[in-house]
Amino acid sequence: MAIRERKARTGAIPEGGMADIAFLLLVFFLVTTTIDMDKGLGIILPAEGQELEINKKNILNCLISSSGAVLLGGEPVELKNLSRKVQDELRANDKLIISVKAHEKAQYDVYIEVLDQLKLAKATRISIAESE
Amino acid sequence: MKFRRKSGVESKISTSSMPDIIFMLLIFFMVTTVLREFSGLPVSLPKAERIEKLESKRHTSDIWVSKDGLISIEDKLFNNDDVRHVMYEKRAADPQLTVSLKADQAARMEIISGVHNELRKADALKLNYSTKVKVPN
Repeated sequence: MAIRERKARTGAIPEGGMADIAFLLLVFFLVTTTIDMDKGLGIILPAEGQELEINKKNILNCLISSSGAVLLGGEPVELKNLSRKVQDELRANDKLIISVKAHEKAQYDVYIEVLDQLKLAKATRISIAESE
Repeated sequence: MKFRRKSGVESKISTSSMPDIIFMLLIFFMVTTVLREFSGLPVSLPKAERIEKLESKRHTSDIWVSKDGLISIEDKLFNNDDVRHVMYEKRAADPQLTVSLKADQAARMEIISGVHNELRKADALKLNYSTKVKVPN
């Protein structure tokens, strides 16, 4: 019976692969972290008790009905035409404040779309009126 | 004219500190990522084109509004009239606070304007309607 000779082994851990392992970890974390940056329409609410008296002709009312129809200054407007109409109005009067008023049964996405259209028209003075 | 003999300097970059550098990068990324704190309510956000990015996650506080009219802040449900107390404390702790309103697109405007009123009473005036990106057509 032949006894096999023991191989001489060295007890050193190879360090060459260490960088690869660390890189793999890094790439794994980079890939798995989803950066969900919050995006949205920014607006500044008016402070409580700071109601200002504004000349009637500088206000353009934008009403949203419960069914989602939009009235601009008393006339029904389609949503996709809203920004163009507002742009025309702003060109005529640059002090114009657009007052958005929504019916309480109106849907939120219509309201967001109206705000989006106003922002598209580069309207900076937007006022959110309380729905009665 | 004599040419100088090239010196026998080995031009190898030492790779033995490579793992340390990579680990440092790894730790940097792990520390700087802010994890999502609250799960909120299931909402389908509306879409908009002219969106802005929120400046900083650290100065942002989320309010979820579901389509049934539930209001959730930090995974707790609130009545409309209690929102002002919560937000007032948050606003007092962080003057740069931006409120991110994550409301369902089918939510009714009465709830939204209720939240508006509460935020005005709490003096948290910087509001952001959280939306998805709409591809302009």
